[in-house]
Amino acid sequence: MPRYWTLAALLAASPAAAQTVTVEAGPDAQERLQAALIEAKPGSTIRIGAGRFELTDGLSLDVDRVTVRGAGPDKTILGFKGQLGTGEGLLVTSDDVVLRDFAVEDSKGDGIKSKGADRIVYKNIRVEWTGGPKETNGAYGVYPVSSTTILIDGVEVKGASDAGIYVGQSEQIVVRNSKVSGNVAGIEIENSRHADVFHNLATGNTGGILVFDMPSLPKMGGGEVRVFENKVIDNNQPNFAPKGNIVATVPAGTGVLIMANDNVHVLRNELSGNATANVMITAYRQSYDDPKFKPVPTRIVVSGNKHGRAGYAPGFPGGDQLAAALGGMIPPVLWDGSGDASSLRVSDGVPVLSMGLKQGAPIETAKPAPVELNGPAVPAPAAVVLPAAMEAAAK
Amino acid sequence: MKALAAAVLLFCAALAGRPAAVNDAAITGDTLPGKLSDYGFFTDLVGETPAARVIGYDLETPLFSDYAAKHRYLYVPAGKTARYDAEAAFDLPVGSALIKTFGYRQAGKFRPLETRLLLRRAGGWVALPYVWNAEGTDAVLKRAGTRIPVTFTDPAGEARTISYAVPNQNQCKDCHALSGAIAPIGIKTRYLNHNGQLEKLIVADMLDRLPRDAPRIARWDDPAAKLDDRARAYLEINCAHCHNPAGAASNSGLFLESGRRDPVALGIGKRPVAAGRGSGGRDFAIQPGDPDASVLIYRMESTDPGIAMPELGRATVHQEGVALLRAWIESMPKPAPAR
Repeated sequence: MPRYWTLAALLAASPAAAQTVTVEAGPDAQERLQAALIEAKPGSTIRIGAGRFELTDGLSLDVDRVTVRGAGPDKTILGFKGQLGTGEGLLVTSDDVVLRDFAVEDSKGDGIKSKGADRIVYKNIRVEWTGGPKETNGAYGVYPVSSTTILIDGVEVKGASDAGIYVGQSEQIVVRNSKVSGNVAGIEIENSRHADVFHNLATGNTGGILVFDMPSLPKMGGGEVRVFENKVIDNNQPNFAPKGNIVATVPAGTGVLIMANDNVHVLRNELSGNATANVMITAYRQSYDDPKFKPVPTRIVVSGNKHGRAGYAPGFPGGDQLAAALGGMIPPVLWDGSGDASSLRVSDGVPVLSMGLKQGAPIETAKPAPVELNGPAVPAPAAVVLPAAMEAAAK
Repeated sequence: MKALAAAVLLFCAALAGRPAAVNDAAITGDTLPGKLSDYGFFTDLVGETPAARVIGYDLETPLFSDYAAKHRYLYVPAGKTARYDAEAAFDLPVGSALIKTFGYRQAGKFRPLETRLLLRRAGGWVALPYVWNAEGTDAVLKRAGTRIPVTFTDPAGEARTISYAVPNQNQCKDCHALSGAIAPIGIKTRYLNHNGQLEKLIVADMLDRLPRDAPRIARWDDPAAKLDDRARAYLEINCAHCHNPAGAASNSGLFLESGRRDPVALGIGKRPVAAGRGSGGRDFAIQPGDPDASVLIYRMESTDPGIAMPELGRATVHQEGVALLRAWIESMPKPAPAR
């Protein structure tokens, strides 16, 4: 009984203890906002008022259990046109943080980065580079990395010169109800495990949704990913990523692209208007020096997707001739031909084209031919289930 | 009356024949003292006269901070000593403090801008930034940091005007963090082991021991030292506080501690990961023999916050440091051309 009493007392006390600090737009916004983020107590809320906050330096939060809440993604705008220092607009390095209802515009580097920030919620956030797609835009819109349990819900990103929504080297990830357009990559899940990407709209990017695994990184061996019930439409933006970055190699007109990884399922998506391919499955094709890295994809299942027009202007060398030779259009699903065909399954009822490339061989050596990928129907990974508190915070 | 009382106090202190003691409670207490003078690290703050057990030191190769001069001091409370370590930072006892004042020489006089404190409390290290007043008489706590317009003359004799950034408390931790906990960076044997500095700490009874074979890092601008040693010292002190497996840039896989041997981790033939426009269109962090094709040089030569490395505390290009790393990359054998 006494134990119940303690619990009841705690529950009764917690709303009173939860402190809210409000920061309004106006002079010295930089210092007032940053001071509020530093002085925040665990469990407190920082409300950012409506209006434009013109900032000179990236903001950062390093206190656990803090909610940062604006008046809405079109009302509370953190503007970084005049940014003089630090790589990103907002950096979060603490756990159990909720970011919601505000916008970050025109940061010089990434929009919002969270590193080692477990159980973070990004809800109803907008990150935008307002000058449209440009090589000089920042790399990532929202950028959780090296974290466990991530929710990205109702986020909009426009103009990222790398990926709009990028999740790297993380575990237990949900990306849903979000809209990405005018980025090089719309959504990218990289070197991560256990991700559900669903009910998103990716349109007008170079590539819509990417699932990548890369060598020479602390966390590798990506997989256990489900990409389902998304709309991936008209991703034909010419690639504007700075050369040297992996996404600079993504051809315009790419819908869903799986590179390396194990056990990735692409299910029940609406895919159309992607000029190179609706779905591409490929090995990591660049040179690398990392014996622990597995460059070829395994256990990939593409099933139940609805395919609209695709493959009518393939964005790789020789693509035009290939399309012409095949009657003006290549099949909507492409496989580079590297790795084990018996580990791949495409059962969408559409043709698949193999490029016939050996692992690591240049595209000029391609021997394109139709292929059937009838690998086993391995069961899809279990749904990623988030803690109830995270779901509640995203209501 | 107040002035008279202060004068009497000073006189008494002088009579006692020893400098006033540091305010240990300010270091270890659970408060955030508002002024630098609250700590009593200096018997004369303006004249920079250290109190007892406050000893100045410098680093053989320092972090570049916009050509600012840095005055560093270590305080270890009476009856305690720092624990020697050949590799890691000294293990400093609770109650210790690291004091670092940044400023520029102007009209022949050092003008302090800010003083950063690392305080060793029972719960770990606390980092606090203090900004000096215009009169240069004291510094006040600015947890949110600030910017100060500064004009100075660089070593090449060129006048420069910059917006000098005093880091906020979180930014202190961006650099001073290992696995999420604040940690000192420079106070390591190899960076202090010159000009009898460590011997001085032994004599002051502030360091527990000093082996004969204590390591020593190269001075980055010592023409007599090996190019490789100079470059690796420069990379470690300027980059490795983030670029290590427990640091802020752990996800990059680019690790630049001076003991690191794996060429890919050092950036040789390593492709950028999350560099964005920081890649500058280059394929590798380091392209042996070709500094212009190396991302590392591109980012050091930029002051654009979306490109520049380090991300914090640099609004100017360190021309001399860039020249060193250019020479180092130049000296690496070029890879055989692809067949």
